[in-house]
Amino acid sequence: MNPNHAFWPRPTLRFVAVWRRNLRVWRKLMMPSLLGNFGEPVLYLLAFGYGFGRLVGDLDGMSYMVFIASGIICSSAMFTASFEGMYSAYTRMAEQNTWLAMLATPLTLDDIVFAEAIWAATKGLISAGAILIVASLLGLVSDLRALLALPVVFLAAFTFGSLALVITAFSRSYDFFLYYFTLAVTPMLLLSGVFFPLNELPEWVQAMALALPLAHVVEVVRPLMTGAWPTQVGWHLGVVAVYGILALIAATFLIRRRLIQ
Amino acid sequence: MIPEPAENVLKAIAIRGLRKFYDHHAVVDGIDLTIPAGEFFGLLGPNGAGKTTTLRMLLGLTPIDAGTVHVLGRPMPECEREISSRLGVVPQFDTLDPDFTVEENLLTYASYFGLSRAALGNRIDELLEQANLENRRGSRISALSGGMKRRLTLARALINEPELVILDEPTTGLDPQARHHLWRQLRALRKRGVTLVLTTHYMEEAEELCDRVAIIDAGRIIACASPAELIAAHVEPWVISLNAASARRFIADPATLPARMLEIADTWLIYTHEPGAVRAELDTAGLPHATRASNLEDVFLKLTGHDLRD
Repeated sequence: MNPNHAFWPRPTLRFVAVWRRNLRVWRKLMMPSLLGNFGEPVLYLLAFGYGFGRLVGDLDGMSYMVFIASGIICSSAMFTASFEGMYSAYTRMAEQNTWLAMLATPLTLDDIVFAEAIWAATKGLISAGAILIVASLLGLVSDLRALLALPVVFLAAFTFGSLALVITAFSRSYDFFLYYFTLAVTPMLLLSGVFFPLNELPEWVQAMALALPLAHVVEVVRPLMTGAWPTQVGWHLGVVAVYGILALIAATFLIRRRLIQ
Repeated sequence: MIPEPAENVLKAIAIRGLRKFYDHHAVVDGIDLTIPAGEFFGLLGPNGAGKTTTLRMLLGLTPIDAGTVHVLGRPMPECEREISSRLGVVPQFDTLDPDFTVEENLLTYASYFGLSRAALGNRIDELLEQANLENRRGSRISALSGGMKRRLTLARALINEPELVILDEPTTGLDPQARHHLWRQLRALRKRGVTLVLTTHYMEEAEELCDRVAIIDAGRIIACASPAELIAAHVEPWVISLNAASARRFIADPATLPARMLEIADTWLIYTHEPGAVRAELDTAGLPHATRASNLEDVFLKLTGHDLRD
């Protein structure tokens, strides 16, 4: 067995070079990218918050606007990281052969896949951070505890980015990603307490939602945004982290099987 | 680290019993090959002969099923990272970063080797000058011609001052001017003591550049020597070519000619040690013909046959 191709990913600090390459490209296209990552969620926030909020009134002891702001921070991290791990990573893997060029250098596939997951996490963090700024300008954030939501969002975006890379490993075209969005991302968005509280749903749906990572992210982020301490933090973040680590292992294994053959 | 046997140290590449199977079919079927440091080596063969798979195994892009590979004295794949840091690669397909300018491409690629702008010094200027791209520093990749992209790809492969450069069909699709410019750069590298390994479908390119070539077919090396040695060993020194259809009207049986005949498409190639006798016969029959010295392409066709490979 080739020691460099062991089952477990063994990324090294060299991954930073790949991460910085992606950052450099992003900086060139920053304006349209930021607008997409953050303009759309802000529109949702304003439209739902103001439009719907009046009908709904208070939810779980907070205004609907506050409720939805904390949810949208989580969902935008999920969407941004998923997009990055699918469409953008696929472009680098299959269209531009960026990874192939990297593999001719001292970078290994483990470094590259890890860097892509961390980069997806970074993009998720950027868009969640931008929304957090807007939310605090609108007075939707209680206190400095909200800043603690950022590392949580980073972990969540790492997990969603890694899951997206698993899908990318199987993908033969961009169209394939629609399956994942329709069958996984959108159901998670609707059933994880982003737009309405989970406890309104039948118990079996709640159980299903809690088997997926997004609901756990929302459970931790929402209290932090509204001036409370979340409970069962270890359990919630543990679920997210386990998803992320398993997805990274699977993505590295599958992408290696695809490219190194 | 396991100490390497001294015999591997001065060899840029040492391959023993290399094999690769896809679906129980051997694509590389027992290759032994030694390339000394400083040599310009050509790997030739029809499509599907196993050239690219062999190169991919050298680079760690394909797992080795059997045999051993040493590159720059270090074993693959155990020392893949160290080997990669001392190697330059010009891949068959364009892998330049379209989001970056010419200079950014070099800087970014250097960062994959852990080389910062400060560590590079004026290396980027030198490489751009050698590649005739010093005025294109800020150009986007999409604005470059095919020849410029190839030159940039070679410049990029040299960013880490490699001891060995591997080029997979570097001149495919280039016009003659661009090809000659690339040849000049490759010769300059050879002069500086860099080992070069090249695959190509252009036999005149291999003959022009390479100290030694190996011809691969069906996953095995079927001949390996200098181009001149291969020509002397495998084909007659002269080739006379003529139109097959008109030739057939006058010469019923080519076996009667004092020469060996090969029919490719609608041309007869007549290989001979004594072109005078054959030409006299063709002149008598009134057949137009042309004579040239035999070359590596004739060796290639003789050894690999002339059936189409798809």
